[in-house]
Amino acid sequence: MPEASSSTGVAQLSFGKAVNAALARALEDMPEVVLYGEDVGKPGGVFGVTKDLQRQAGAARVFDTPISETAMLGVAVGAAMSGLRPVVEIMWIDFSLVAMDQLVNQAANVRYVSAGRLAAPLTVRTQQGATPGSCAQHSQNLEALYAHIPGLRVGIPATAQDAYDMLLAAIRCDDPTLVIENRAMYHGDPQPVSLGGPIEDACGARVARPGRDLTLVAWGAMLFQALEAAAQLAREGIEAEVINARWIAPFDWPTLLASAGRTGRLLVAHEANVTGGFGAEIAARVQDELYGRLRAPVRRLGVADCRIPAAPHLQAALIPDAGRIAQAARELVGEQRDRRTQP
Amino acid sequence: MSLVATSGDAPFARELAALDTMLHIRLLEEKITELRKAQSIQGSIHLCIGQEAIYAGSCQALRADDPVFSTYRGHGWALARGVPAQGILAELLGRESGVCRGRGGSAMFSAADHGFYGENSIVGAGAPIACGAALASVLRGEERVALTAFGDGAMNQGAIHEAMNFAAYRDLPVLFICENNTYAELTPVAETVRDAELHKRAAAYGMPGERVDGNDVAAVRDCVAHHAARARGGQGPALIEMMTQRLVGHYYGDLQGYRPRGELAEARQREPIARLRQRLAADGVAADTLAALEAAAAADIARAAEAALAAPLADPATVMEHLYA
Ligand SMILES: Cc1ncc(C[n+]2csc(CCOP(=O)(O)OP(=O)(O)O)c2C)c(N)n1
Repeated sequence: MPEASSSTGVAQLSFGKAVNAALARALEDMPEVVLYGEDVGKPGGVFGVTKDLQRQAGAARVFDTPISETAMLGVAVGAAMSGLRPVVEIMWIDFSLVAMDQLVNQAANVRYVSAGRLAAPLTVRTQQGATPGSCAQHSQNLEALYAHIPGLRVGIPATAQDAYDMLLAAIRCDDPTLVIENRAMYHGDPQPVSLGGPIEDACGARVARPGRDLTLVAWGAMLFQALEAAAQLAREGIEAEVINARWIAPFDWPTLLASAGRTGRLLVAHEANVTGGFGAEIAARVQDELYGRLRAPVRRLGVADCRIPAAPHLQAALIPDAGRIAQAARELVGEQRDRRTQP
Repeated sequence: MSLVATSGDAPFARELAALDTMLHIRLLEEKITELRKAQSIQGSIHLCIGQEAIYAGSCQALRADDPVFSTYRGHGWALARGVPAQGILAELLGRESGVCRGRGGSAMFSAADHGFYGENSIVGAGAPIACGAALASVLRGEERVALTAFGDGAMNQGAIHEAMNFAAYRDLPVLFICENNTYAELTPVAETVRDAELHKRAAAYGMPGERVDGNDVAAVRDCVAHHAARARGGQGPALIEMMTQRLVGHYYGDLQGYRPRGELAEARQREPIARLRQRLAADGVAADTLAALEAAAAADIARAAEAALAAPLADPATVMEHLYA
């Protein structure tokens, strides 16, 4: 037996390296996994996330593709229906729109319309979000688009451990699954990641910080803004419970409802546009399920309904941050206080 | 842009004008690199250093009202269409005086009043749009030719195939310009196609396909002029594959580890600006003329940068403007 190496135990890994470790493990454990995408093979990906994987697993299983998103995803659908487990990198989620047909009309339908006799267990890895200077075609947060499609699973890892666990869960899952990463986090500080453990199911939220006064739910990079907001609020005596939603579809309603039911207040924060964003779904569902038990209306924060400008200071005018989350949370708590003082 | 040629250089006016454009592009992009390095400009920047002859030559062959659609690597196209360097730099710096008030940025700005209908950051997406511009021109009897530029990697995008067929079956006046710099980001195009002579694909759509030396400004100009005339005369589109090399990374910060040793040094031997300068010198253009041209271009770009840096930032209070009519 080889010694416990980087593939077991706890390692200090950046978010991007955690993705790499998950891919390495999947390629090693499952001969049916193939990994491909633009610049994914030899160069190891534009963010270096697939580095060395072609060397480890061979060019037959890890390879570069033409810039042909429709073919890339269509090939994944066919290969998955035929027994492979393709993992495809779509470099930016914005580019998935070029091949949305293959995800929405094709992959999402396979299991249902065949009454379960066929399946398309493919994984799409991609990343989203605005970063300073990124143009309007490289800045969108499109999770709600895909969460709207029954049959697709949509995960958004926030921590390096999430990146590792959720990707393995996606690859092992028998459904077409989209894992949306965040490029701003790939090269962040190393965090402890426990490797080699059992593979979880492709669902499930986590309580990232317990609290009693209100619930903040966020995902991806916005989780860190929510945690920062919670830290600010704690200094003012407001204890926010922060939920890392992780999987947007299927969504972990029991965890969220339990938290919001206990705190009586819910604030959703996301980086996608407000209108029709997944926050709207959460607000509607929670209000429906917890009617009468909430102490204030559910609030949503998201990007102002606009295209994303390239200039960093213009972007900042649109995107919520910890300060704005904390302010909205204060208002939520205050709202209830005001109501209580009404005769 | 001003020409600093003396009367004795008159027979070379066209070549000197091309050189002037190319120098402006090169110096603009060097200035952009400097500003990016200093973090004054943020985010992804895609430079066209080494590919300047394509823009200068093509635009010399176009009419001022012919719409040009480029990729995200569009600074050179914009400048060759006459977009002021100040407006481009201000755009990249997020200033109010930027051609798109800081909204487009390096990868998505446009300046339609100069015939520059914009960059596009989705590989291949500009080609069908150019077909639409050509359709409008035909229906309105305007005899404009739409030029759409894309890379060798883009040749594998569905949108490009659909656009070429659409233009061909409707005889639309579209020039499909493939800037073949042999790389799609970090991957050599030859590794993702069976036949790397991309111009041959034109035959499948029933239109002319040609390969030219994209570092030879005269060859580029002549080829574009020929096909533009055909297209204007109702004879339909053409695919022109222009062979070139970028002398820099795919994006700012790209370490280019994927490039074989010696490739860049070799590419520098063939680079279009030095080449045109040498040819003009050999043909008898005075060294002073060439030096003066370069000095004037450098002064232009320095002035443009100064003005752009002094301009006020785009006002965040206006960030929601332009979303709807
Ligand atoms: C639809 C789509 N897929 C992928 C990308 C990411 N991407 C940006 S540039 C590029 C390479 C383009 O290569 P090429 O067409 O040869 O143009 P060049 O950059 O060489 O000018 C890729 C893959 C994108 N912008 N759009």
